[in-house]
Amino acid sequence: MTRLALLLTALVGVLFITALLVGPADIGPLQSLTALVAGDEGPMTLVMREIRLPRALLGLLIGGSLGLAGAAMQGYLRNPLADPGLIGVSGSAALGAVLAIQTGVAAGFALGLPLAALGGALIGMFLVLVLAGPRGSSLTLILAGIAISALAGAFTSLVLNLSPNPFAANEIVFWMMGSLADRSMTHVWIALPLIVLGAALLLSLSRGLDALTLGEDAAEAMGVRLSRLRLTLIFGTAAVVGASTAVAGAIGFVGLVVPHLLRPFVGARPGRLLWASGLGGAAMLLAADIAVRVILPTRDLKLGVVTALIGAPLFLHLIFRTRRDGM
Amino acid sequence: MVGAAGLSPGPGAAGLSPDPGAADQVTAAPRRVVSMNLCTDQLAMLVAGTGQLLSISDLSRDPRSSAMVDAAAAYPTHHGRAEEIYLMQPDLVIAGSFTARASVDMLKRLGIPVAVFDPADSLTDVADRLKQMGEVLHQQDRAETLIAQFEARLATFQTEIASHPRAAIYHANGYTAGDKTLASQILTTAGLANIAGEVGFSDAGFLPLEVLAMAQPDTVITSRPYPGGSRSEEIMEHPVIETLRRARPEAAMTDSDWVCGTPYVLQAIDDMVDLRRDLQGATR
Repeated sequence: MTRLALLLTALVGVLFITALLVGPADIGPLQSLTALVAGDEGPMTLVMREIRLPRALLGLLIGGSLGLAGAAMQGYLRNPLADPGLIGVSGSAALGAVLAIQTGVAAGFALGLPLAALGGALIGMFLVLVLAGPRGSSLTLILAGIAISALAGAFTSLVLNLSPNPFAANEIVFWMMGSLADRSMTHVWIALPLIVLGAALLLSLSRGLDALTLGEDAAEAMGVRLSRLRLTLIFGTAAVVGASTAVAGAIGFVGLVVPHLLRPFVGARPGRLLWASGLGGAAMLLAADIAVRVILPTRDLKLGVVTALIGAPLFLHLIFRTRRDGM
Repeated sequence: MVGAAGLSPGPGAAGLSPDPGAADQVTAAPRRVVSMNLCTDQLAMLVAGTGQLLSISDLSRDPRSSAMVDAAAAYPTHHGRAEEIYLMQPDLVIAGSFTARASVDMLKRLGIPVAVFDPADSLTDVADRLKQMGEVLHQQDRAETLIAQFEARLATFQTEIASHPRAAIYHANGYTAGDKTLASQILTTAGLANIAGEVGFSDAGFLPLEVLAMAQPDTVITSRPYPGGSRSEEIMEHPVIETLRRARPEAAMTDSDWVCGTPYVLQAIDDMVDLRRDLQGATR
């Protein structure tokens, strides 16, 4: 238990430092860390503080958000296939963000972008839960998710194609696959408040989700207010996923893979899985972001490509197992 | 240069233009010319005789891309689709080598002669393209006059400069222009050194922000953002760029003067000479 926490924290620490050391500029590891900490007015400090630090911080925050959101949704729906990307929450958040950029809301005030993405995510989340129902089977949940994803993706593409900006249409890939390239501390600051708020809400669900494994009636008997739990889950997930998607696009599969891998280590208790998946998600996204920079150093390989290459086979495996278990 | 007389190509002299026979395309001057590319549009407007040019692409009326918006207003525009161009019954279509392949191939299959122009990669290419345009339009004399004017003005920039401030071209997505590009030649002619060469770019490509920061250019030349906003253009507002710009003269390039190999690049060189003087004034 605490050993898992220590192990995951150490892993995240190592990956965070590594993420700071990888990049196209030719700087030695010691030099770069000195430039980051000591700092002068030189170009190395500029690279470390304005390019690599925000990138690593966003990897940490967004990976943590997606892992946490995945674990919370899987715990609440008691369904291992739930993931903010797969069920369309990320796609709806991306639509909100794109609308904010194209209408000028994002340029108008600092939090316009993440709040619009939060709005999109809330609508997406709400629609999926209404379509799938509170006790929806895996099948209805995934079908509802596919429908919401497709619709949000189509609207995102439409808005970007209608934009007067010639670059907008090419950015469909960014919004669908996600990337941390060329982000700045500005993006960290606009994402941070909602991520902190959402993470606090989701972590507060720990006891409720544990109780829910015994069934809804038992949970209510234990004093868990289900309607409140549901609202907290919806708002918390929308906040972390919305803020993440607003600055990095829709990155899929982190919320699916990480809870699945860590579940055996926490005694299958959804409450403990929350923080473990948060740490695990941060580790996975940091590793994926290191991978895209090592594979194609000068080009912007999208993060979603790497996470899907890892996540999609696991998704197939889960579907197969779900079918075998006759759910 | 080309007056509004070209406005209505109408039947008139051309009559109900007969099917353009593929064989006799070289002998007579074309009378119903359609240009499909922003750059050939401008070359054609400069070189064509009265009434010779029938239609140009709609981009030529966009002040962001075209240096000849006023002249372009006198011509009907099209959207580059094969069927609308075919219905104009042109006897010559001029396309760029990057113009939509499918449309150009379709027009060729329909028996319309197509002249293909390569994009200009250098200042000498500008004169070459003018000459080529003179040949396909049978307006060699007009082309020669334009070339002479262009070369005379270009020669006025060839003065010795003691120091060359280092400049970086940095567009949306971090797009930069290497040594072997027209944009780079515009810089060097104006007396600036292009940092893309230092870091190993010969063609155009994406320069990572980190590499730009390490290169510490004296000035960063960005393009003007388009309306509507995009993530691609956000990079030109990145704190790193802002830091590089601080306390140094900066410049935003007027795309329309840079994108095409036409005599309007002289305007771009002029702007860059001003920038260089600012820089040298600032450092001394």
